[in-house]
Amino acid sequence: MAVEYSNPGLPTHDGFWRQFARHRLALLALALVVLLALLALFAPALEMLLGLDAGAADLFNRLAPPSADHWLGTDEAGRDVFLRLLYGGRVSLMVGIIAALLAALLGTMIGLIAGYFGGWPDGFLMRATDAVIALPLLPLLIVLAAVDPQKLGLPDSIAQSELFSLYRIILIISLVGWTTVARLVRAETLSLRRREFVIAARAQGLGSPAILCRHILPNVASPIVVATTLTIGNVILLESVLSFLALGIQPPTASWGNMLNNVQDYLWDAPMLAVWPGLMIFVTVIAFNFLGDGLQDALDPRARR
Amino acid sequence: MAAFLARRLAQSGLILFIVIFLTYWLMGLMPGDPIDLMVQSNPDLTPADAARLKALYGLDQPIITRFWNWLTQALQGDFGYSRLFGQPVWEVLWPRLVNTLILMLPVVLLSIVIAVPLGLLAARKAYGWFDYTVNLASFAGISVPPFWFAILMIIGFAVTLNWLPASAAPPGDAGLMDHLRHLILPVATLTILNVGTYLRFMRAASLQTLRQDYVRTALAKGVSETRLLTHHVLRNALLPLVTIIALSFGSLFSGTLIIETIFAWPGMGKTIYDSVLGNDYNLAMVGFLLATATTLLGNILADLCYGLLDPRIELEEVKLGG
Repeated sequence: MAVEYSNPGLPTHDGFWRQFARHRLALLALALVVLLALLALFAPALEMLLGLDAGAADLFNRLAPPSADHWLGTDEAGRDVFLRLLYGGRVSLMVGIIAALLAALLGTMIGLIAGYFGGWPDGFLMRATDAVIALPLLPLLIVLAAVDPQKLGLPDSIAQSELFSLYRIILIISLVGWTTVARLVRAETLSLRRREFVIAARAQGLGSPAILCRHILPNVASPIVVATTLTIGNVILLESVLSFLALGIQPPTASWGNMLNNVQDYLWDAPMLAVWPGLMIFVTVIAFNFLGDGLQDALDPRARR
Repeated sequence: MAAFLARRLAQSGLILFIVIFLTYWLMGLMPGDPIDLMVQSNPDLTPADAARLKALYGLDQPIITRFWNWLTQALQGDFGYSRLFGQPVWEVLWPRLVNTLILMLPVVLLSIVIAVPLGLLAARKAYGWFDYTVNLASFAGISVPPFWFAILMIIGFAVTLNWLPASAAPPGDAGLMDHLRHLILPVATLTILNVGTYLRFMRAASLQTLRQDYVRTALAKGVSETRLLTHHVLRNALLPLVTIIALSFGSLFSGTLIIETIFAWPGMGKTIYDSVLGNDYNLAMVGFLLATATTLLGNILADLCYGLLDPRIELEEVKLGG
């Protein structure tokens, strides 16, 4: 290539870690997220180690207080609360991360197209984004979650499968969760496409897809990373709300949200049963929020204090 | 201004129409239509009967035809009957909308009263211990699962301390004071959950205002701390807050849905939830539309407030493309 206008590319400030480490809470949050992920990952191993079965009901040992066998006691079906928390974490973290990534992917594509091409695609996509933002989120999710998969023409083998509620919740949350990323990416793309290195690339005959992938995308990566991290927290919250309302992950699969399904019946007998799953959600969500905050400080010099 | 309003209303009308159609379509995708439910509960009905009933109610028609029929009736004020309540949909929803507003209004007012002074102070003493605490608290507010927080409030104030009732709606013959006593816990819960968002915006807006030249000038002229905050910062920082309040109508609807369900308060949110679970399509449809229309109206209101409070902002859409 004759002309090489520099593409700033991914922010490779060598100061990234130093900057990130200055945000103590974000550092703590990162440690917490790693710990939670490890616990979720090794749930089956811990289960073997403790010699318990997370799914086994024991009706003679319902609502038991914490003991050497059951570290956090048992629930209304006599299942071990600690192990179910670990398995619930697997589901909640998986839903949070996959749905947030899908939403980010969708949002990035929409934002890139709207910002780069402008004109009517931009007008149409941004009005659609406004419309999705304007909808009342929870009622919308409830209506979407109540749709009968068989009426959509899905075969029974999928609709009846145990994991269906998992796929469904990931899908519907990513369908409404892409708007923040789309707006951010569009705004950044809009300013990038008039920059010299993009104009130079176009002058050299590079096609739009290549320009988008090689020149625009690396430069919008930072806001995408930050927004996706924050979205993970929000998705975990939404999943827990829907599962609590019995429209998310279906029992017997445990999720932190559906472990709180019936607790209102046992508030007087075993209030701690209601405390643990919620505490896990709270800690996880706040960790992802602090992580996002720290990433923003480290990646975006403009947001720095 | 009038042209702007007209365009925004037209735009929102179009969105609402698309939402109406999509919702109607989604409702049709929910398990079991009314006739299927009838067949299930009455074993004497033969498949032939069911088919005849479906034809009678027009359920064998294509979705577009059915939607058109529903729409023309709805435009005449006939939203059909609620299956769960055995009453016309509008008669079910109207008092429940009022109930939701009874819950929402004190929440919005209390949130403003708390968020405005705290946000101002936090911004004035930015990065100090007070700001740090406020920041941490509002982070906690946006990260806590609302239903869990409501349950904790019940465990704390109803189960352990036994100060307040765990449900929002008292028995039928209760007096006004009793009604108010039942409302304390849900209103407090929703306010605490809501105030974090307002606080963050109030702090950010105040911080931005404090950096302006006219604030420095005022300080240089020896304006007192109180006067600076109330006369110079507050008035300018209120602008973004008003927008957030109007925009938060939608999220408040989501918040009240959870709180209403947990505290058994017969409001809009709980009704939408119950109707979706109970296959009450007519009710779910109109309930969802009402929630959407309120949210859209909130958005328009936000834009209008913006224009009214700050004459510098022209209510024209900025052309960004091209």
